[in-house]
Amino acid sequence: MNLQQIINELNLTVLTEAQDFSGITPTGGYSSDLLSCVMAGAKKGYLWTTLQAHLNIVAVAALNEVAAIIITENAQPDAASIAKANQQGVILLSTPKSTYEINGKLWQMGVQI
Amino acid sequence: MHGRHGRPITDHDAHEISRVEELSYDLKIREVMTAAIKTATPDMPLSKVLEILRINRISGLPVVENEKLVGVVSLEDIVRALQKNDLAAPTSQYMTREVITVASYESIVKAIRTFTEIKLGRLPVLDENENLVGMITKGDITRGILVALQKDYKEEEVRRYRASHLFEDIISERTTLVLRYTIKAGDFTHGGKASSDVKRALIRLGADPQLIRRCCIAVYEAEMNLIIHTTNGGILKLEVEPHRITMSAIDEGPGIADIEKVFQPGYSTATEHVREMGFGAGMGLVNMKRCVDEIKMESTLGKGTKLVMRIYVPDQTVGVSRDGQNDEPTTDHQ
Repeated sequence: MNLQQIINELNLTVLTEAQDFSGITPTGGYSSDLLSCVMAGAKKGYLWTTLQAHLNIVAVAALNEVAAIIITENAQPDAASIAKANQQGVILLSTPKSTYEINGKLWQMGVQI
Repeated sequence: MHGRHGRPITDHDAHEISRVEELSYDLKIREVMTAAIKTATPDMPLSKVLEILRINRISGLPVVENEKLVGVVSLEDIVRALQKNDLAAPTSQYMTREVITVASYESIVKAIRTFTEIKLGRLPVLDENENLVGMITKGDITRGILVALQKDYKEEEVRRYRASHLFEDIISERTTLVLRYTIKAGDFTHGGKASSDVKRALIRLGADPQLIRRCCIAVYEAEMNLIIHTTNGGILKLEVEPHRITMSAIDEGPGIADIEKVFQPGYSTATEHVREMGFGAGMGLVNMKRCVDEIKMESTLGKGTKLVMRIYVPDQTVGVSRDGQNDEPTTDHQ
């Protein structure tokens, strides 16, 4: 399942610049709001679901080369974070749903580990 | 990002599109134009022009007299002459005299704009002295940009090749590459910057991805600790040797009261505000320990902390193979 299909299916809002998401296929996922845990647990190509929306999630995502961050419960990153994400090639997606719900749906859709 | 465009240099690819834009300003028309061109003269009969067009499979010719451009003649002009059965006429009689040109010293963006404004496929190029020096087509522009991009790419490859052979090319008893970063206390805005620079350096050095990941996690945690916990920030230092990588974080305070405690999972002294940002999980040192082969911390309350971590390079991932040097990590040198 590619990222474009995931965005459509989960009705995610794309916060960073539009690009060809159909060429990106997430290889799994990880969820945590604790950045050290994400550093340890997120792998390259994973989707990361989190409530965190501040600037530092971008650095963590870039270092781990995650496929995208799905920011849950409508948490809003500020303009500086979005700009930095664009600059570093990190994709930020947003949803009003909870991390639990998004994870459940992703698993159902076949994004498993 | 890695993998998305098939090129492993992270931030580079994000700028790919703007690089093309940049190139359209950097590249001059003379660099991409076709210089060896066919021309017609004003007194050349149109039958001869048609012959040149046919042989060269082109649709028009600049008309030149004493190196100066005096007009252009196109297939369209020839068709007009044909309707009057007048192919013996001199080119000057049918050519277009008012010609849109571009200057050889201008950026290709000028030519792109001109192509967008007018519906012509080719433009004559004049130099500083108004002499005709070439022709430019949209194809020339595309080719010019592709060649320049390929050159960029090759330069990066060469840079990476050179870096990865650093340890073979430089002969000494013990070669060490030292990377140093100053980390400011409370500078969350740049949190992760040093780690990402370290990552890029290690990629250039040709290190194995797993080794890079371990270094990155350790350096990131150390970097964030300097930002979160220090009074005046500190220095992050990476010493790369063929057989091992030594990472140290040195600060001037406040110092740690109980070192054993900070290695316990979940133990943290982070403030509520920092915790809300997802830091201070008490997992930083646990993560570092997991990623490195050796870790040593020394701290004096009121004076500062020095953390030294070491990863042994499995074999031949950074330049040359490990040579068996195996001294203990120490915290007594900087």
